[in-house]
Amino acid sequence: MTPTGRDSRSDHQFLWIRGDSAMGESAVSVEPQQRLDQSVHRPLGKVEVLTEAHRCLYCYDAPCVAACPTHIDVPSFIRKITTDNVVGSARVIMEANPLGASCARVCPTDDLCEGACVLGMDAAPIRIGDLQRYSTDWVRERKIDLFTPGPPSGKRVAVVGGGPAGLAAARELARFGHEATIYEAQEQLGGLNTYGIVPFRLPRDVALWEAEQVKKLGVVAHTGVLVGRDVPIEDLVRNFDAVVLAFGMGGVPPLQIPGEELQGVWDALDFISRVKSGQSVGDLGDRVVVVGAGNTAIDAATCSKRLNVDNVAIYYRRTANEMTAYPFEYDFAKQEGVEFRWLCAPVRILGDGKRVRAVEFVKTRLEVSDYSKRPSPVPVSGTEFTVEVDAVIRATGQSRLTSLLDALRIAHDDGVVRVDPQMRTNRSGVFAAGDCSFRRGVGDAMVVEAAAQGKIAAAAVHRHLTADESEQRRGASHG
Amino acid sequence: MADLSVNVGGIKSPNPFWLASAPPTNSGYQVMRAFEAGWGGAVWKTLGDPIVNVSSRFGGFHVEGVRMVGFNNIELITDRPLEDNLREIREVKRAFPDRAVVASLMVDNVKEVWQEIVKRVQDVGVDGFELNFGCPHGMSERGMGSAVGQSPEFLQLATEWVVEVAEVPVIVKLTPNITDIRYTARAAAKGGAHAISMINTINSLIGVDLDTWTPIPHVDGIGAHGGYCGPAVKPIALNMVADCARDPLVGIPISGIGGVSTWQDAVEYMLLGASGVQVCTAVMHHGFRIVEDMIDGLNQYLDARGMSSAMELVGKAVGRVVNWGDLNLEYKVVARIDQDKCIHCNKCYIACEDAAHQCIDRVSDGSGQLALVVDEEECVGCNLCAIVCPVEDCIEMARVDSGGQTLTWRERQAL
Repeated sequence: MTPTGRDSRSDHQFLWIRGDSAMGESAVSVEPQQRLDQSVHRPLGKVEVLTEAHRCLYCYDAPCVAACPTHIDVPSFIRKITTDNVVGSARVIMEANPLGASCARVCPTDDLCEGACVLGMDAAPIRIGDLQRYSTDWVRERKIDLFTPGPPSGKRVAVVGGGPAGLAAARELARFGHEATIYEAQEQLGGLNTYGIVPFRLPRDVALWEAEQVKKLGVVAHTGVLVGRDVPIEDLVRNFDAVVLAFGMGGVPPLQIPGEELQGVWDALDFISRVKSGQSVGDLGDRVVVVGAGNTAIDAATCSKRLNVDNVAIYYRRTANEMTAYPFEYDFAKQEGVEFRWLCAPVRILGDGKRVRAVEFVKTRLEVSDYSKRPSPVPVSGTEFTVEVDAVIRATGQSRLTSLLDALRIAHDDGVVRVDPQMRTNRSGVFAAGDCSFRRGVGDAMVVEAAAQGKIAAAAVHRHLTADESEQRRGASHG
Repeated sequence: MADLSVNVGGIKSPNPFWLASAPPTNSGYQVMRAFEAGWGGAVWKTLGDPIVNVSSRFGGFHVEGVRMVGFNNIELITDRPLEDNLREIREVKRAFPDRAVVASLMVDNVKEVWQEIVKRVQDVGVDGFELNFGCPHGMSERGMGSAVGQSPEFLQLATEWVVEVAEVPVIVKLTPNITDIRYTARAAAKGGAHAISMINTINSLIGVDLDTWTPIPHVDGIGAHGGYCGPAVKPIALNMVADCARDPLVGIPISGIGGVSTWQDAVEYMLLGASGVQVCTAVMHHGFRIVEDMIDGLNQYLDARGMSSAMELVGKAVGRVVNWGDLNLEYKVVARIDQDKCIHCNKCYIACEDAAHQCIDRVSDGSGQLALVVDEEECVGCNLCAIVCPVEDCIEMARVDSGGQTLTWRERQAL
């Protein structure tokens, strides 16, 4: 499966809520909504925060800063916690990363800042993610605004997509003084943070607070507006001084097997989005099968468990070694009671004409043709078997959105926008950031990466706009 | 098992760990509990005319998450009737005859008053007296405590009055709130004291509340200076102990006080000349039970070094404390960083770069990591990098001079 364009953070603490659900029995008595909102990761208490903050060595030229794609000055924000300057601490975080509150919860910190912590060699690394959560929660709960817009430049920039990359770009553009306008297809800003990551990892409130912080800088957001359908993309190029494409990726692509149209067959992102926004997903029954083994598959499966589905199983055509889900997500799913079936590919979905009733799988074996790539699954004929199910969730990656790119004559590779290191596309004045330019094998499709790219794109836009100006000034003086 | 017993100016105790005259020795109940825990001796909360205390008395100085690095108080001497204290002292001594029970005394600086209290108290069987000429707050405003202890003449006079009638050893407790503590130490010796104890608390103000702007601690919104103690004062006290220990005009045993929290602290005090130590803040922080490790740790230490008695430690490092002018200018050390142990926090680098002599370079080691390398030509051997390094034994201060040359500043001046 392809990357899901989202990420999740390490979770050493998730056992604390689990005693009940891991066993599966007493879980029935807990209200599903309550369990959906119950964070997998408890916030640190004040004593823990101070103990942990004081443990930080306050390294010079610290490796945790280098390991963060947005280069948050980690020692600085932690030291500010110790001096009770929590507003200052949150400002350091959010200044570097406009999605710093979300990232505190969903970053794979083991691979980033905490993985780089010098204390990790001999002892436990500093719990940077948890401390970041403390500071950002602190200002969010107290409704403290951290930034102000720059002096108006008179320049207007359109940002297509209000997810992490778009918000980061818009926030930076506003701080440069440019008038940023976000076009967002969904009703709410935040992208996958608002719609695509399960609430027990990232509550909507956090994602929406970050979006609110951006809007407070004067950024205009047109939500429920799909560029290309409701607004012609060429209009944006014509009416704005620059355009940032940050529209992410599309839904889960079809499995291309018979029966996908049946009731009870879900797109995982659609499923999570409905659950997260409190909409009904109907009766899932007792048996849910999730196809795919990335982080979104884990999210769909654990979500189903928390909706009190008895039997939730993930079917994957490769093995645990090849799956894209983070190891801690895999552990989490197992502890939530999710089962895993390896080397099984779906052949067709069976129904009673209306609703899904079963899935036919075939066993696969892995074949290595190119050592630089993941092994390919090959169906083993005669091994077909049928599993009775009440719902099927497709979680095999995300499709690419190419129509806008083609309309704008933006160079892309199978929907992946070609950008230079400054996030410039082949068309002058058009920039791209986040998942729409995410290239498999180059970095990781993480929220923090999208935030970093949004910032880089905004800086490039700023250079582009101010270069225009200085050229004009030069032109004027020559005239 | 080494012999841990000590003799402080004639007062014997089964181990060097005494409780200082302070809140933990306020009552017989507490001292009994302390002796049950293993304390070798206790200096009773200062006896005198009972006073009235204020409410809100202590302040804690917390540093980067570590509580009570320093501590201060504005509590006065005992607020309990003398009869009660004397009855309890007698009971404690009867229950624990092998422990040292020392009565701390403070009265108006009048001969008759001093001699009367000495006679009354020694009747109950104390092992010694400690004259409180150190308390820097409250009592000093009434002409007692450090008001006496800051004047060598008054101190000597009072000591003489006490020694004249005392049948047990007399310790004089000195205040550090003085320019040169040796002058009052000498006065105590001249007055006939059998030992000195030091240091009493240091004049201090713990802090100011950032919300209310009241001093810490405060009484009804205002505050007064108090006596400072705890781990943070240990270096000050050690220096004063060493100064007195190497002064031939002092020449009497020392009971070391000031930030003693562990057996290691006690060993340092004893090496610098103390015959035993007194403890207060660590007990106020953790309770009497800490003495168990103090005894155990000291014992292990002595055994490991093949020493049979704690008293063998006394003064062993005194000869190594000299005046600056007697230090060898030819001695040279440089920092050496163990690359295998280095965790690359770069604290040594920035400390040297910003605050010392710019002699640590960050050099690419080819693996993408920047190695920290000392320029030994430039290094002055200040120790700063080794001090800030969070990894044990990662930075060694290695001797690089030939070892054969000695030239002190005094010798250099004489050339």
